[in-house]
Amino acid sequence: MTDMTASHAALEPSRSDKFRQRTVPLILFAVVLLVIPLFNPSRSMVTLLNHMGITIVFALSYNMLLGRAGLLSFGHAVYMGLGGYFAVHVMNWIAEGTGIWGSVPMFSMPAFGFGAGALAGAVIGWPSCRRAGTPFAMISLGVAELVAAAGFMFDSLFGGEMGISGDRMNGPELFGLSLGPVDEVYWFIAFWTFIGVLGTYAFTRTPLGKLSEATRDNPERVEFVGYSPQRVRYLVFIFAGAFAGMAGGMSAVQDEIFTPENLSLIPSGAILIATYVGGIRYFTGPIMGAIVMTYMGSNLSDYTAGWLLYLGLMFVCVVMFLPDGIAGIVYGTADTIRQGRAGEMWRTWMLRLMGLALVGAAIITIVEVAFRWSDGYGEVFEPFGLQLTVENPLTWVIGILSLVLGILALRRAAKGGGK
Amino acid sequence: METLVFALLNGAIYGLLLFMLSSGLTLIFSMMGVLNFAHASFYMLGAYLAFTITEGTSFWIALFLAPVLVGGVGMLVERYGLRKVHAQGHVAELLFTFGLAYLIDELVKIFWGRTAVNYRVPEILDFPLFTLYGAQYPAYRIFILFVAAFMLVALWYLLKKTRAGLIIQAALSHPHMVGSLGHNVPLIFMTVFGAGCALAGLAGVIGGNYFVTDPAMAVQMGPIVFVVVVVGGLGSLEGAFIAAMLIGLLQTSAISINASLADIFGFIGLGADTELGEITIASMAPMLPFLLLVLILMIRPRGLMGDREV
Repeated sequence: MTDMTASHAALEPSRSDKFRQRTVPLILFAVVLLVIPLFNPSRSMVTLLNHMGITIVFALSYNMLLGRAGLLSFGHAVYMGLGGYFAVHVMNWIAEGTGIWGSVPMFSMPAFGFGAGALAGAVIGWPSCRRAGTPFAMISLGVAELVAAAGFMFDSLFGGEMGISGDRMNGPELFGLSLGPVDEVYWFIAFWTFIGVLGTYAFTRTPLGKLSEATRDNPERVEFVGYSPQRVRYLVFIFAGAFAGMAGGMSAVQDEIFTPENLSLIPSGAILIATYVGGIRYFTGPIMGAIVMTYMGSNLSDYTAGWLLYLGLMFVCVVMFLPDGIAGIVYGTADTIRQGRAGEMWRTWMLRLMGLALVGAAIITIVEVAFRWSDGYGEVFEPFGLQLTVENPLTWVIGILSLVLGILALRRAAKGGGK
Repeated sequence: METLVFALLNGAIYGLLLFMLSSGLTLIFSMMGVLNFAHASFYMLGAYLAFTITEGTSFWIALFLAPVLVGGVGMLVERYGLRKVHAQGHVAELLFTFGLAYLIDELVKIFWGRTAVNYRVPEILDFPLFTLYGAQYPAYRIFILFVAAFMLVALWYLLKKTRAGLIIQAALSHPHMVGSLGHNVPLIFMTVFGAGCALAGLAGVIGGNYFVTDPAMAVQMGPIVFVVVVVGGLGSLEGAFIAAMLIGLLQTSAISINASLADIFGFIGLGADTELGEITIASMAPMLPFLLLVLILMIRPRGLMGDREV
């Protein structure tokens, strides 16, 4: 690696390296998608999986901006929403079946979303891609507010507060899928999720994808080499909008409804959090983030009223202490094991895990007790049969003592202690 | 005439409140390069703290104590949060404050509940001050006007006429030089961040009972404050003042205009019963600041008074 005299040919990864690093993960992903239905997941599980697929494509498209091009957008849901809205309209045209629309299969909805998202990106991206950094973030915020407000205003396009709904069981069938039951929708989502992953990955291998990373790191040098950073950003923006629109088309078939809420700052913020927590410096980071966040969003909200608080805490902690996100932990650990340093690492890891568990227990105790106290219904937080109320001193012993101990353990682990 | 005078008065009050919020944000941004996403959350925190303090003691104590408390929270956030993230660049800082806004929102919901609290105008100020065109004008609005104007003058004096203000101004443009001269730049940063948050808290104290004190108030106010800062030009207090007044007047007067788009653009053939023609100016009022933002960033990226591009 450090041999300075190595020729370019020697630096290039070998054919088997390329196969192992680029093709094998994609094949594995396809196999996982094919194997999942063999476990006979329940209907609600399939719905959750479908939502995960949609979020994966959406998060990957968002990371084309945030991770690759270094563009922080607060309004990415606009492109998913516009793509999805267009797909719902197409679904309704198919249902009417007039003219050419009668022969368009429902299976192709994400392709329509892709086109609509690209168009929206091309129109909105033109004024917003002139500058990167904070101005770009601000324009994206302004545009998102504008589009969301317009969504509530133009009823014939966006359906007002009720939104517009469609019916996926129309048009000619493709691959023998009627798309009626959710497990048939699963195959539809699995197919397009794979296309989305493949497409966004292929994009990172193109000259444009490479240039977008160069523009993120040093726009001035990119200009010296002879490319326009503005133009690179604009093109990347169009592609990111297109893949977001594709996710919108998938969502249109899965949920059969789009409302102006889908365009607002709330889903934009959610995808920002999912992508960042997953890890923006790795291609697979957004995939992990999308899976974890979708799972948490659908399950945690059943257990606790404070799940948004946990989400916010997790996000702030990731920004402060783990800028590489979940993917950073996974790959970091894998690297240490591969280098045979697992032995020295595992004690630090145990300390870190213990600290995390203690801090987690403390925070959960405090938050849950606080929420029940503020609701005022007299409910009591009862983990493992303990009666934790605000008056119970045990609550505060668990809360404060384990918080302090946990933070101490984490600090020690951060200094590389525990050896 | 009648509508115009009321729109002007209310617009000026709204504009001054906006300026109180955005002056802190502008100071923080131009000094540290951080666009504090959680700034409006500090505004909300100010309103809620004032509500609690008013219940226990009186409004006048809240008027002083709540901004101080909010400023203290702001300093802690800067010292133990932002300073840590600073090394990772501006995007990480923006993300940190974005997460912080989430957290403050949820914490407020825990402590004060999900519905609006009954934070009311103090009784001593709850009377009509004068009658204008047969309509009574509440004294509290004039009180807001006075507090905001006082704060404006105090801020101007502090920044332009005192030694501390001189150092702060120097640290805005040349932090390294100021550091080399022996001033504690991180301490200056922390103080400015705290002061900016305290100003937002003050806006919350006097704005919370003028509007409604509920957990949504930060989300409603936040984006508009950004618009003010960007339109005014980053780092320019004068620009923020002009932009705040502009947006305040624009929004309040738009609400009082009853015309629809068809009335205005009828001459180019926009029918009154088409969907576009039916939209009234009043219903477009919430969109106007963002329209202004996008237009300004396209036409004049440095903002009205900014000396550098955003």
